[in-house]
Amino acid sequence: MIKLLNKIRRTGRVAEPAPPRPPLSCPKAERLAGSVQLRHVDAGSCNGCEVEIGSVFGPVYDAERYGARLVASPRHADAVLVTGPVTRNLAEPLRRTVAALPEPRIVVAVGDCAINCGEFKDAYGVVGAVEDVVPVDVKVPGCPPTPEAIVTALRGLTGR
Amino acid sequence: MTAVIASFAQVTMVVLGAPLLVGVMRQVRARMEGRVGAGVWQPWRDLRKLFRRQPITPVGTTWAFRTAPLVLVGTTLVVAATIPLLTTTTALDRAADLFAVVGLLSVGTVVLALAALDTGTAFGGMGASREMTVLALVEPTILVAVFALSARVGSTNLGQLVDATLHNPLQVMSPASLLAAAALLVVTIAETGRLPVDNPSTHLELTMLHEAMVLEYSGADLGLIELAASMRLTLLLGLVASLFTPWGIATSLAGLPLALLAFAAKVTVLAMVLAAAEVLLAKLRLFRVPELLAGSLVLALLAATTSFFLA
Amino acid sequence: MPAHPGGDRHGVAGVDWPVNLIEWGLAGATGVAVLGALVALLTPERARSVVAGIAVAGVGGAGLAAGVAAIAGEEFTAHLPELLPLFGVTLTLDPLGGLFMAVAGAVCLVAAGYGVSYAGGGHGNRSRSTQATLPLFTLTLVLVPAAGSVSTLLVLWELMALTSLVLVFTDHRARPQVTSAGLWYAVMTHLGFVAILAGLVVFAAAAGGDTFETLRTAQLSPGLATVVFAAALIGFGSKAGLVPLHVWLPRAHPEAPSQVSAMLSAAMVNLGVYGVIRVGFDLLGAGQRGWWLVVLILGAASALYGILHAAMASDLKRLLAYSTVENMGLVFLAVGVAGWFHTLGEERLAALALAAGLLHVVNHAGFKTVLFLAAGSAVRATGSRDLDALGGLSRRMPVTTALFAVGALGAMALPPGNGFISEWLLLQSLVHPPAGAGVTTALVLPVAVAVVALTAGLAVATFVKALGVGFFARARSRAPEQAVESPPLLLATTGVAAAACVALAVAPAALGPALSRATGATLGVPTDVVSGALTVRLAGIASTISPLLILAALVAAVVVAALLVQVVARRPARRREAPLWDCGAGPPTPRMQYTATSFAEPLQRVFDDVLAPETAVDTHLASPYLLARMRYQRRLPDRIEHWLYRPVLAVTAAAGRAARALANGSVHRYLAYGFFGTIGLLVALVVIP
Repeated sequence: MIKLLNKIRRTGRVAEPAPPRPPLSCPKAERLAGSVQLRHVDAGSCNGCEVEIGSVFGPVYDAERYGARLVASPRHADAVLVTGPVTRNLAEPLRRTVAALPEPRIVVAVGDCAINCGEFKDAYGVVGAVEDVVPVDVKVPGCPPTPEAIVTALRGLTGR
Repeated sequence: MTAVIASFAQVTMVVLGAPLLVGVMRQVRARMEGRVGAGVWQPWRDLRKLFRRQPITPVGTTWAFRTAPLVLVGTTLVVAATIPLLTTTTALDRAADLFAVVGLLSVGTVVLALAALDTGTAFGGMGASREMTVLALVEPTILVAVFALSARVGSTNLGQLVDATLHNPLQVMSPASLLAAAALLVVTIAETGRLPVDNPSTHLELTMLHEAMVLEYSGADLGLIELAASMRLTLLLGLVASLFTPWGIATSLAGLPLALLAFAAKVTVLAMVLAAAEVLLAKLRLFRVPELLAGSLVLALLAATTSFFLA
Repeated sequence: MPAHPGGDRHGVAGVDWPVNLIEWGLAGATGVAVLGALVALLTPERARSVVAGIAVAGVGGAGLAAGVAAIAGEEFTAHLPELLPLFGVTLTLDPLGGLFMAVAGAVCLVAAGYGVSYAGGGHGNRSRSTQATLPLFTLTLVLVPAAGSVSTLLVLWELMALTSLVLVFTDHRARPQVTSAGLWYAVMTHLGFVAILAGLVVFAAAAGGDTFETLRTAQLSPGLATVVFAAALIGFGSKAGLVPLHVWLPRAHPEAPSQVSAMLSAAMVNLGVYGVIRVGFDLLGAGQRGWWLVVLILGAASALYGILHAAMASDLKRLLAYSTVENMGLVFLAVGVAGWFHTLGEERLAALALAAGLLHVVNHAGFKTVLFLAAGSAVRATGSRDLDALGGLSRRMPVTTALFAVGALGAMALPPGNGFISEWLLLQSLVHPPAGAGVTTALVLPVAVAVVALTAGLAVATFVKALGVGFFARARSRAPEQAVESPPLLLATTGVAAAACVALAVAPAALGPALSRATGATLGVPTDVVSGALTVRLAGIASTISPLLILAALVAAVVVAALLVQVVARRPARRREAPLWDCGAGPPTPRMQYTATSFAEPLQRVFDDVLAPETAVDTHLASPYLLARMRYQRRLPDRIEHWLYRPVLAVTAAAGRAARALANGSVHRYLAYGFFGTIGLLVALVVIP
């Protein structure tokens, strides 16, 4: 009976149950206390990481339940999610975007390309990895990183 | 004295409860989309973090940008102290009637639009322009609906309007009342910037009305603006609830706890219905919004003329 | 010296004054004006504006004193048979006239001080004709409400038109469009004068006398009364900018120097309203219901049309001129509602509506003066009236910006501004219909509320545009970047007007007794329409409002909001300055800001059918595939001009061309005209007994 009621209550729920909570990933995240607003910057990626980030905020992984939310303006954001190697055209805009955040700001490099240029190392249009342009606080390896890995990184920021 | 205590209680309740209401709406939306949701306290967590974050003043802005969040919250607090949410005799009830309340809400929007123009960015100007267009087109509906409601009562002071409904509950079912209620619901959606007029969680600047005005704000300024937005939603839903379903409103100090519970229940139900409707609706094109507002004006005019002929 | 000095001397404020304030005020005003005009003609250019300013201030102050005395209960009648042939000059002042005289006097007093310093800007402002005419114009503004007979009114009206025409033409050497604007004004004001002349002369002929007392007691047939009212509405309405006779206003008011614009918009247009109230309510005895419905409809149309064009205007002074059309439309709406209720027998509501209209006249005079004077300062500092080229003035001219903001708050009719109170009164008179109201009332009142509300909403959009685009953000062109704050006299006079607006905003009940007396004098019903000190109370209606409490609550709430931030953030972060968020593409140029045209574009699209803008696109191709040059032009002309005036002008021109054929140069034909004309006249004299 209780099982039937629980089944009815969970009808339509697509989200998977939450894995165990990871520790805080960087000291700046202490001030966030369960709420982080993220601004995503595509510095030159192949969009593979964007697909994974999209599914992170979708119903199955539901990163919003941990207090993370995507916002449009960097002034509203606490952290910047950077994907892809930093191409020549996006180097200065990336610096400006990160500089527009209020302090203390956090930069999360998502994907192998953001961490060390991955497949596009020494390409002609690439300036370098993200940490060559702006200081990076959290790294999420993978090509592309699994949604679980991204969720773990985000939970490391919010602490939920 | 009762009036002052009641106003104080109302203001405290609205300030504390508004982010909670927004949390409830987000939770309803999340559950309907099959997600788990962040919990009803997430907006409070967001606000707490925002108030501690660094506010930024963009180079080139003036006092209009700096003072807008404070004036916006100020007007909202005055409205919270005026409209009868918990009791019909609030401290400012004789000082500000429904026209003054509508005017104060408009003042809040105006200062935000001026701040948006002050930033000198294209998005700020766009948000201000669109918001002013919607404001201009919503005014006739509000005032004609006020006419429909106040014609029978003989006063536009909100305490007396709610009192009249309390003493005569069946008049809520009259055609004039129902039409006015429908018009006021559309007005609430337009004034608070909910779907289908405006999407509060959009990331595409070209689809923004309200959000485009606040793109430059951060830290405590942004926190004040978000608090004011949630308070305005609570106040407008509370106003609709008080005008059309005033049961539970206290007539003395002893009735305040019950009034609080009744208000919370009514507003939560309205908010949940609104959130559920939002999940099923898409945002209207900007140039279809005047058609929606013209339709609500027709409803309001019908309400006003019916109030002449049917009791 | 007057033949019958003063009427009964009712004590002013309970004290029996030894002299009749009104008598001395009006005599003093006349003396100062004439003397000032003569002296200004003779003084060298440097001192001319000072002399004229002193004269105008004297006339204005005397007018203000006389008006206030009339409102306070003093009575005045004077008959001067020697001044005009046939009928002489009759002057009477009652509280209604006193209200309009006081408003005109106050506006001119402020504009006088402004004009002294403004004239230093060059542009022929200090020419003899302008400076000598200013005191005379002010005198006519002050004397028209005191006119007591048809001939006095007509003479003063025409003098007012002529003097204002000279003032409008002030800058005609500097700008060519001034001549065209002046021409439109001249023709329309004289057509209006002809209408007033025709109506009042017919009235006087039917009444058998010239003075207003005779006219009041006359018994006119309903048809004749309607003709007289229609002629008065056309004539006085065109002076007040009633649609469709408003087209001269947005042309002439912007072209005059700023203090003259203020006097035209804030004092002269009121006299159109005064004329309609005087003829309709007082002389014709409130007549028929249909008249007031027409006034209501025309007022509503003026309000909507005026504010719509103000919302679209990108010329700052043209925007303010169209806003005058809108506000006068609202006043006419109030007068129409008052007349409507009066003919229905609902005296309380009629008094309330009329009080709302009169209070709006006072409030509009206040905020329009501030707006025109502040706009004049901005135009003087930047040399440009185009909102699309202004901006960034809040840093270079902070006081002017703050003063314009005070005026804009009044014009937007939002609390805690002063325009809100009169609009609130007007809405209160509309939303409490009498029991058993007929079908027409049931249809008219909600639509009137909708029109007032839409006008208010559009006014908010308009003044957010004027203030936000014109004064905030950054300069859109070179001129505002180098603007300098105005001299202290300009700021001081604008500040006085702004202080008056603030006083009207927080203590409108102080005008309650004045409004009650004025409406009582007009409707003949003594009522205490607006009363109360802290809270505005209405007679017979349960609504109340307290502007001072609202303002105090707002200030307290802003303080609470600031404290709330400190409480929730236990360790508040330090604020820092940062460049604008430019989406990473580089600093935005000032040209990327929204202009006034782009701000109004959504509204223009919504009201496309009414506005019908004209666009012209010119392309020059270098080759079939390459564009060399492209020119885009958009114009938003006044549609009424297009549909109503151009056909009339075309027909008149065609008639003129056809009539030229009559004078073809042949002497034989001219002799024939004379011969047959004489024969016809002799036959007519024989046939008609």
